[in-house]
Amino acid sequence: MSKDIRIKKGLDIKLVGEAEKTTSAVKASSHYAIKPEDFHNIIPKMLVKVGHKVKAGQALFHSKVDETLLFPSPVSGEISEIVRGAKRKILEIRILADATQTHEDFGTKDVAKMSGDEVKTHLLTAGCWPFIKQRPYDVIANPANSPKAIFVSGYDSSPLAADLDYVLTGKEAELTAALIALSKLTEGSVHVVTKKGGNSPLANVAGTTSHTVSGPHPAGNVGTHINKIDPVNKGETVWTVAAKDLVIIGEVLLTGKFNATRTIAITGSQITKPQYVTGIAGASIKDLIAGNANIENTRVISGNVLTGRQEGENGSLGYYDNQITAIPEGDDYEFFGWNKPIFNKISVSRAFTFSWLNPNKKYDLNTNTNGEHRAFVMTGTFEKVFPLDIYPMQTLKACMYADLDEMEALGMYEVAPEDFALTEFVCVSKQPHQKIIREGLDLMLKEIG
Amino acid sequence: MSLKNKLHNIKEKYKGKKMAPAFNALHTFLYLPNETTHGGTHVKAADDLKRTMNIVIIALVPCLIFGIFNAGYQHYLATGAIEASNGFLGGTFWTFDNLIHGAWKVLPLVIVSYGVGLAVEFLFAVIKGHEVEEGYLVTGMLVPLIVPVDIPLWMLAVAVIFGVVIGKEVFGGTGMNILNPALTIRAFLFFAYPTWMSGDKVWVSEAVERAGTADAISGETLLGAYAQNNTLPGVDVWDMFWGLIPGSIGETSKFLIIIGALFLIFTKIGSWRIMLSTVIGALVMGLIFNGVVDAGWISDSSKFYGLMSVPFWQHLIIGSVLFGAVYMATDPVTAAQTNKGKWIYGFLIGFISIMIRVFNPAYPEGVFLAILLMNVFAPTIDHYVIQGNVKKRMKRLKVKTA
Repeated sequence: MSKDIRIKKGLDIKLVGEAEKTTSAVKASSHYAIKPEDFHNIIPKMLVKVGHKVKAGQALFHSKVDETLLFPSPVSGEISEIVRGAKRKILEIRILADATQTHEDFGTKDVAKMSGDEVKTHLLTAGCWPFIKQRPYDVIANPANSPKAIFVSGYDSSPLAADLDYVLTGKEAELTAALIALSKLTEGSVHVVTKKGGNSPLANVAGTTSHTVSGPHPAGNVGTHINKIDPVNKGETVWTVAAKDLVIIGEVLLTGKFNATRTIAITGSQITKPQYVTGIAGASIKDLIAGNANIENTRVISGNVLTGRQEGENGSLGYYDNQITAIPEGDDYEFFGWNKPIFNKISVSRAFTFSWLNPNKKYDLNTNTNGEHRAFVMTGTFEKVFPLDIYPMQTLKACMYADLDEMEALGMYEVAPEDFALTEFVCVSKQPHQKIIREGLDLMLKEIG
Repeated sequence: MSLKNKLHNIKEKYKGKKMAPAFNALHTFLYLPNETTHGGTHVKAADDLKRTMNIVIIALVPCLIFGIFNAGYQHYLATGAIEASNGFLGGTFWTFDNLIHGAWKVLPLVIVSYGVGLAVEFLFAVIKGHEVEEGYLVTGMLVPLIVPVDIPLWMLAVAVIFGVVIGKEVFGGTGMNILNPALTIRAFLFFAYPTWMSGDKVWVSEAVERAGTADAISGETLLGAYAQNNTLPGVDVWDMFWGLIPGSIGETSKFLIIIGALFLIFTKIGSWRIMLSTVIGALVMGLIFNGVVDAGWISDSSKFYGLMSVPFWQHLIIGSVLFGAVYMATDPVTAAQTNKGKWIYGFLIGFISIMIRVFNPAYPEGVFLAILLMNVFAPTIDHYVIQGNVKKRMKRLKVKTA
């Protein structure tokens, strides 16, 4: 039962610096860093110490509450440093990569002949489990659960995002193997949503339910698909896997090697030549954008401008990210910036802001907030960019006053912070929506579980 | 060193000090702040609350200018100094004399409203250590437009303090209030000083002072006249539409209010749902009353007859239903917040406005009471709209488990 989803409410943020569809080789980075912060709600228990030699795929740490949940090293090399913060919280595990990579061998599998439990154990052992996330709460899936469905989004509609049709070409074998593996993990179906009119290698894979989607961002967000296809009710769980991570899962199944190499989109107005490069998760951003960026007063983001993390040029590529965005910082005053007509910024209103005049113009936005933090005043704007059948402002307010019953009733089980990225972008009161939702979800996870 | 750098240095120097919010409020009027995003989205849309409020003020400016001229015009017309102006561009309306007389009366009201109101806002911002919120920018503009022209300034000052403190700050400031602050101020004036807020003396400038003397002039509004089964001499429908009638300062020109409404809708700042549904509500109630008159259920000796028999569409151009619908009912904080709720909220405002107008001949203007009443009920309306969404979710769960 496939569906053709059409999104009307939303907003495409068109920015300067879209990656050209050529993949260049860059010098393989020798410095890698894994940040446990990428794995929300996981408290790491280290399995290695500084000076240890690890192979790619070998576990660096496991979750404090679940020993079987392993987090592998993306490269082979030597643990050079473990950076800790307040209360000895682990911030970063730095790895100095070997010149020639060696991989832990997990053995090749014929996935079609495996049972669900075997697949589960294998993915856990091979360190692929962190790629599987769950709703509610938007955290790494609990292996003890059985989800009612699994969702894969084959379309990334966020600003300047990597074109998944392009980066996944030639990976058909891995994708198919991974999807078959996923279909063993659920009694329900594996929903794969691709862009309408695209030629995604993910469309129409046997054993999955294929859907197409069209419309503005967040058309590609998996949260939108879940809400339109099979919404999460209280007590139910769905799992989600990002399309690019299917490649890694597939490779583990086919070759036995954990290979976190991916095609990364280097984007943003501060990049001289926006393009795709090949790199490994955790790679030093400096190496990925070497000689290709203006880093003077620049915000370097791992991920996209809506949900990514500020890294700086000495940072590293996030564990789940396949995009680097560099945009100018906006730490300057603007004379009468609050009332003069504005032509160079995006707005959903027409309050002397003229982005409605030419909807296809690409903008060079900076990181200025364009105003100060205020209480919620305007109503009706969030609904225009929020396609889920949920009241966004009421949900945010319920999170702010931590009313668990109301949060549950309003549909918090269905959402992830990324679903509120667009409402945060358009918010006149400059409220941190994603943070509010994240804290709300954390509270629910703690109180309800 | 440029002004920008100087101000930046002062800002850094007083960061975290008590007076910082007061300085920042002035600073951010000159310059969009240098704040950058932290966590969350790295880019933000161009609009902020200042810009939003500014648009509403711009939409109000034509009403204010017209109100100034009209204050002078009504005064000279009543004293017999000038002939009636025929139409919006009539020769005796846009005159220098009218401007001087009107400005002399109206501008002090604007200055007192802003001065006192902003002083209270700054005081609370400094005490509570938060930034000065922009809500009062619009309130301060609305207040002079909805009072009679001769209101003593000290009354206005007292009312503004009451309205801002009790109507807004006790609830936690902008965004948290239940009642529209501008209407709270008007309600306070109305119930504290009724002789200055209603009757047949106050609507034309200097009518009060001349009462009982040989130069006495009438200061009555159309609504007051209709309520007494009367009408005002020499006023036709077009005068009502253009606004050449006595009334509160800014609410008489329906033409300029409609222009302002279109501007607010075009800029997507005002809610067209509320405006449209308020108008529909008023028309429906007007039609019902016309039906009652046509059916002969009341005779022309009834005290309700005068206003009940007004053709239903004329209710929109007498009194301040339109002004209330466009500028007051649409206040996003105190209105219903869901789209469905906005339809219900607006409709009831229009409906109740006309009902109060007809059934309370002693005080025929019911718009502000209707809006305040619906402000109180807006959260309830929203609650039921949202329950609809919640119920849908519950039903989905039940179908699954059954």
